[in-house]
Amino acid sequence: MMPDLVRAEGLRVSLPDIARKRPFRRPPLIDILHGVDFRIARGEAVGIVGESGSGKSTLGRALLRLIEPADGQISFDGQDITHAPESALRPLRARMTMIFQNPLAALNPRRTVAASVAAPLIARGETGDLRGKTLRALDRAGLPARFAGRYPHQLSGGQRQRVGIARAIVTEPDFILADEIVSGLDVTTQAQVLDLLRELRRETGLSLAFIAHDLSVVRVLCERVVVMHGGRIVEEGACVDLFANPIHPYTRRLLAAIPLPELDPHWLDPDMEESTA
Amino acid sequence: MTAPVLAIEHLSAAITRGPALLHDISLTVAAGEVHGLVGTSGAGKSMIGRCVLGILPESVRITSGRIAFANKNLVGLSERARRDAGAALALIPQDPLPALNPSRRIAAQMTDVMRLRLGLSHADADARALAMLEEVHIRDAANVLRRYPHELSGGMRQRVLIATAFACEPRLIVADEPTTALDVTVQKQILRLIRELQRRHGTALLFVTHDFGVVAKICDSVSVLNAGRIVEQAAVAALFAQPKHPYTQALFAATPRYDRPGEALRPLPVDLA
Repeated sequence: MMPDLVRAEGLRVSLPDIARKRPFRRPPLIDILHGVDFRIARGEAVGIVGESGSGKSTLGRALLRLIEPADGQISFDGQDITHAPESALRPLRARMTMIFQNPLAALNPRRTVAASVAAPLIARGETGDLRGKTLRALDRAGLPARFAGRYPHQLSGGQRQRVGIARAIVTEPDFILADEIVSGLDVTTQAQVLDLLRELRRETGLSLAFIAHDLSVVRVLCERVVVMHGGRIVEEGACVDLFANPIHPYTRRLLAAIPLPELDPHWLDPDMEESTA
Repeated sequence: MTAPVLAIEHLSAAITRGPALLHDISLTVAAGEVHGLVGTSGAGKSMIGRCVLGILPESVRITSGRIAFANKNLVGLSERARRDAGAALALIPQDPLPALNPSRRIAAQMTDVMRLRLGLSHADADARALAMLEEVHIRDAANVLRRYPHELSGGMRQRVLIATAFACEPRLIVADEPTTALDVTVQKQILRLIRELQRRHGTALLFVTHDFGVVAKICDSVSVLNAGRIVEQAAVAALFAQPKHPYTQALFAATPRYDRPGEALRPLPVDLA
């Protein structure tokens, strides 16, 4: 049994509820996660799936301690980081990184690709051979050196996402959180990015938390999957089992709603199971 | 066989003094038929919809070909004639939020177009808006009519736009990725709704999507696009039984499926992509 790299127990997260904020008052808190237990072993890839508002992104951000939980415990590589101050988290930031959904928003439009990719190294205080490390990260993300001097607006969506990946791997992290990173891409670009992540995992043995609303994508990349609904994990298991034999009604409903590329004249017929919406 | 509602013949379009975007597009859509336009981003599928609706960007011109809609060629019509012909056309956009005015209530936005197109009085338009919202299965429709767009969920906003699109009894609707921004369970409801209304009203539908799964479930026929050209055109049953063109086959091979073991996807070879 491999030791867990990332671990959360009884995680409860409350965030300000802007919708109910009154003028000149603090917004009231709203519970987003209601006691979530989650773990990722070294070298494992876990899919976190669910619909908008299910809490999957909040869980991801809490694992990286971008959000401080209200209750419960988070640990990274055996170290308790539940309430660790930013100064204590700093050295860990290079070991746990994130790839964002929208690379155009996540990249500074006034910085070259090389400058964006090198930023985490500089933040860590590295000085030696920044350019070499940057170019190596770009190369591993499938971008030749000629892209180093370009700006985000000069790249296609797939290329931008490769820059996001290069920046996430430049510090050689143990753990990467990928939040909906292929949902804006068309199938061919998506296949290339998924291919790249599979290869990186094989080469480096990194752990991956892969947040997605598309269960088919998770199947390609992950060994294990957790299904979230209303701030709770309603079902989890190995992909092989869960996709073949979903137990929880919500998981079944989610799977039944995915249009597979095959004909089914009755797929759009009204069914009993989902009369409430 | 009745005459098709829409017949595009040898349509080509290009950026003014720039590259061509569409090459020799021909397709027909009959009343009550759903025709899918499928391809990767930049293939030109939305551009075809925009040619039909007459909402091309300033810089794009139709260079040759015909768009026969209700026995009239839409290409080269004057602004006024175009507007008259357009009364029988409607759009369901990808993202409902920018399609709605944030500072006006739902009722006002729905009834504007009905008063303009159908010449209804305020009272009659209000009644029709209410009836249409009920037809798209919005509970508490009277309440929704008083809401502003930001107060509705994404699925609810898309229902409002579907109701608006069908309200003037158009003969053809262009649906441009109408479910791409939605969660899968909501997507299924919206697809079901579009299919239900389209069948009941006998509307022809041009359905733009990048998802072969959606094509399989809602379309009757389909055109597969690559780089502004139709590479394959077939009835949906024939296409899914056996995709003929290598590009179509490559798209299928790149599509992940949750029901298949984690087999490697095959990204498109560079000369195809």
